[in-house]
Amino acid sequence: MTSDMNTAVRVTASLDGIVDAAAIGTDHDGMVRVTATPADLHAVCAALKGAAGFEANTLVTARDHGAGEAQRFELFYQFLSYEHADRVRVRVMTEGDDPEVDTITDLWPGTSFSERECWDLMGVRFGGHPDLRRLMMPEGFDHHPLRKDFPHIGIEPDRLYRQWDEARRAEFEASEAAKGAH
Amino acid sequence: MGSVGLNEAPFSESFTATRLDWVVNWARKNSLWPMPLGLSCCGIELMAMFGPKFDLARFGAEAARFTPRQCDLLVVAGTLTWKMAQAVRLVYDQMPEPKWVMSMGVCASTGGMYDTYSVVQGIDTILPVDVYVPGCPPRPDAVIDSIIKLQTRIQRETPIKDLVEGIPDYHDTGTGRELRQPNRVVMHKKKPQLPTSPIGEDSK
Repeated sequence: MTSDMNTAVRVTASLDGIVDAAAIGTDHDGMVRVTATPADLHAVCAALKGAAGFEANTLVTARDHGAGEAQRFELFYQFLSYEHADRVRVRVMTEGDDPEVDTITDLWPGTSFSERECWDLMGVRFGGHPDLRRLMMPEGFDHHPLRKDFPHIGIEPDRLYRQWDEARRAEFEASEAAKGAH
Repeated sequence: MGSVGLNEAPFSESFTATRLDWVVNWARKNSLWPMPLGLSCCGIELMAMFGPKFDLARFGAEAARFTPRQCDLLVVAGTLTWKMAQAVRLVYDQMPEPKWVMSMGVCASTGGMYDTYSVVQGIDTILPVDVYVPGCPPRPDAVIDSIIKLQTRIQRETPIKDLVEGIPDYHDTGTGRELRQPNRVVMHKKKPQLPTSPIGEDSK
């Protein structure tokens, strides 16, 4: 486990003055884990990229602890260092049903898609994201389907299709009527 | 000049007498041009159908054109999501009449195991389906069987009567092409104008 030890040392050194030493630990799978808050998340990520040398962001995802929980959504970030061949995980607990954290697309532009997916499916807003559109569900979809309180069969899953269909049909009828008048 | 039996010599070698409906149906059913819409693993099975082993050409249905304008059999092979449903509906509307729809596999027929918010629970909620093929994915034998069933069904249609009396609203005629959902798309409501002058002059 020498490499993990090195990772912990490197991460601790890079985060000196940003988070407490108590916030740095080891997860159940042996990966070095940094517990951040929404306020210092961006500083932590910047330090991990700069001083600790984690070049790549490999994962942004969230976990829903269920409606009614004070700290409902828990965010996970994972970073990879090609040079040192190791990884680190950042965990963020957020408050409320509609949480918002800072984007890290300015550090890793490729994170854009992960954050869009996270916003689409879990409803975590990323402040400062240049283009926070839905990734998987169609534009106009009202819900965040991976939340625990979303029914698996959906809420009016055909609504967008029906709207499109009715508009199209109205257009067709109008054009037919115009032809008839002509 | 006495009456001459059309099926007797010398005519029997040059032409034969039959019903126009039968001939039109015979031509249609033996030259189905499928529009393959491979949405998931059923699409792979559909490719095997066109290959030499199962050889859909034996039934005249091998000419996949990949453009709806030249096809008359829409094969929805696989899981249809609500996001894709608009595209499928457009493809169906762009196909010229007459057209038929095959729902291949349980996902297309009922949503299958995808009992979720994102999957259409059976394409018959958005399209009039003629033949369903069960299976996950169906064996090519099952698809061939359904093609034969569709051919039998096409042979029972009445194209000439439809032409004279107006193209029927297939969704209301009890032909089994009804949609499960109440809102139905009827793009051909009007009775077609029959030519009043000799054919050719009128169409200019």
